[in-house]
Amino acid sequence: MEKISLNTVINGEAVQTEVEPRTNLVDFLRYEQGLTGTHVGCEHGVCGACTVRVDDQIVRGCLMLAIQAQGAQVDTIEGLSDNGRLERLQQAFLKHNALQCGFCTPGMLLTAIDLTEQPTAPNRDEIREHISGNYCRCTGYQAIVDAIEEVVNESNDGAQS
Amino acid sequence: MKLASFSYQRPTALADAIQLISDQSRDIRLIAGGQSLLAALNFRLGEPDLLVDLNHIEELSGISATDSIIQIGAMTRHHEVLSSDLLAKHLPLITRAMREVAHPAIRNRGTFGGSIALADPAAEMPACMLAYNATVVVSGGSGQRRIGADEYFLGLYETALEPGEIIEAVEFQLPPATSFFAFEEFSRRQGDFASAGVAITGTDVKTVGDIRVVLFGVADKPVRANAVENALTGHALNEQSIEAAANLATEGIAVFGDGQTTEAMKRHLSKTLMVRALNQAAASE
Repeated sequence: MEKISLNTVINGEAVQTEVEPRTNLVDFLRYEQGLTGTHVGCEHGVCGACTVRVDDQIVRGCLMLAIQAQGAQVDTIEGLSDNGRLERLQQAFLKHNALQCGFCTPGMLLTAIDLTEQPTAPNRDEIREHISGNYCRCTGYQAIVDAIEEVVNESNDGAQS
Repeated sequence: MKLASFSYQRPTALADAIQLISDQSRDIRLIAGGQSLLAALNFRLGEPDLLVDLNHIEELSGISATDSIIQIGAMTRHHEVLSSDLLAKHLPLITRAMREVAHPAIRNRGTFGGSIALADPAAEMPACMLAYNATVVVSGGSGQRRIGADEYFLGLYETALEPGEIIEAVEFQLPPATSFFAFEEFSRRQGDFASAGVAITGTDVKTVGDIRVVLFGVADKPVRANAVENALTGHALNEQSIEAAANLATEGIAVFGDGQTTEAMKRHLSKTLMVRALNQAAASE
C-alpha cells in the first residue's frame, strides 16, 4: 500500500520518513526505528505496555497511527532513560524490586513521570488510580507503588495533596 | 493480526472533511481520538477504504460558554473536559463521570464527540449527555442541524447521525442555581466500561422539580428510568421515597446481560446504585 510522508521528532531527533497509513505508532517505533523498549501487549489499549509520550503526554502506542505523530515530539523509554529524566524512578524501581520480567516497566515508568512531576504529591490511592491503566503480571503492584511513592515524596519535600 | 490497509486524508477544515465523507461508494471512517476505532481496526472488526482524520481541524476543539449555553467541541480531549474549571462549576456530573472513563493515556487522545458518536451503551459521556438533555450539533452535506439527547440514541451503537454527517459540538443549557446531580457506577476494575451506572440531574432536590435519571451499561443504549422519574417528581427525597423509587429502577427497560454480567445482576446493580445515587442527591442540598 502506498506510503505517505512523516516528519516527527523521536527522542529529540528529527525523523523524516515514509510509512503506510495503517502502521501504528508502537510498531513504527519498534520495527522501523529499532526502538524495541516499548512493548506490545493487548493491541487494544488496556494493558499499557505500549505507553509512550507524545508532546509530553502519555498515549497508547497501539491506538495511535504513526502518521498521527506528524509534527509531534515522541519520547520512548530509550530517550527518557538516556536523558536522565527517569533516573530517580529507575533507581527507586530497582531499590524496591518494582520489576521482575520488565515487560510492563517502560510503560509504568513513562506513566509515573506524570506523578513525580505534578505540583503536589499524590497519595498511594492516587498513585494506584493513575497507574491503573498499566498492567503488571509479576509484582502485584505494591513494590511499584512503593517506588513511585518514594520519588513523589522527595520531589515535593513531603508536601501532600 | 494488524490493521488492513487503508488510504488516509488529513483535512484542516470541517467543510473538507464533510466533502471527503460524502462519497457513499467507499467505506470511509472518521478518526477522532481513535481510542475505540483503532482498537476495532487492530482486530479487523472493520476494514475501511479510507480514514479521514479530524485531529487537525482546530475549529472542532475547545470548551466555550455564553450566558445560557456551554458548548463542548467534538474534538475536545477527555483530559481537557476533566480538568475544565468551567465544567466543574456548571456541569459537575461530567467532571465526576470523566474520572471513570478509561485511563489517563486514553483520556489524552479520546474525544468528547468521539464518545457521543460511538454511543457505547456502557460509556459515561453518552449517559451524561442524556442526563443533561444536551443537544448534538451536527454538520453534513445538507448543512447544520441540532439533535436533542432524547432523540439521539436509537439502539446499539446506533444514533440519529445520518451518513455524511460529522458532530461539531455538544451544547448544554446552563443549569439553574437550584440544580443537583448524582453519579454512581459499578465496574470490575478502575476504568472499565460500566457493568451498570446511574447519572442523575435535576432541580430543587428538596421537593424534586425536574429530574432526569439515566441508567447506562444495562441496555442497548443509555436510557431514562422513567418510572423512577415519575415516582420522585414533586416529592421529597427520604429513605422511603428513595427505596420505593429504586425498586422501579429497571421497570419498563429492556435490560441485556453481557459476557460479564447477567441481566439479573444488572437489574440488581441498577437498584443498588439507584439507592446510592439518590442518597447522594439528597445529601447534596
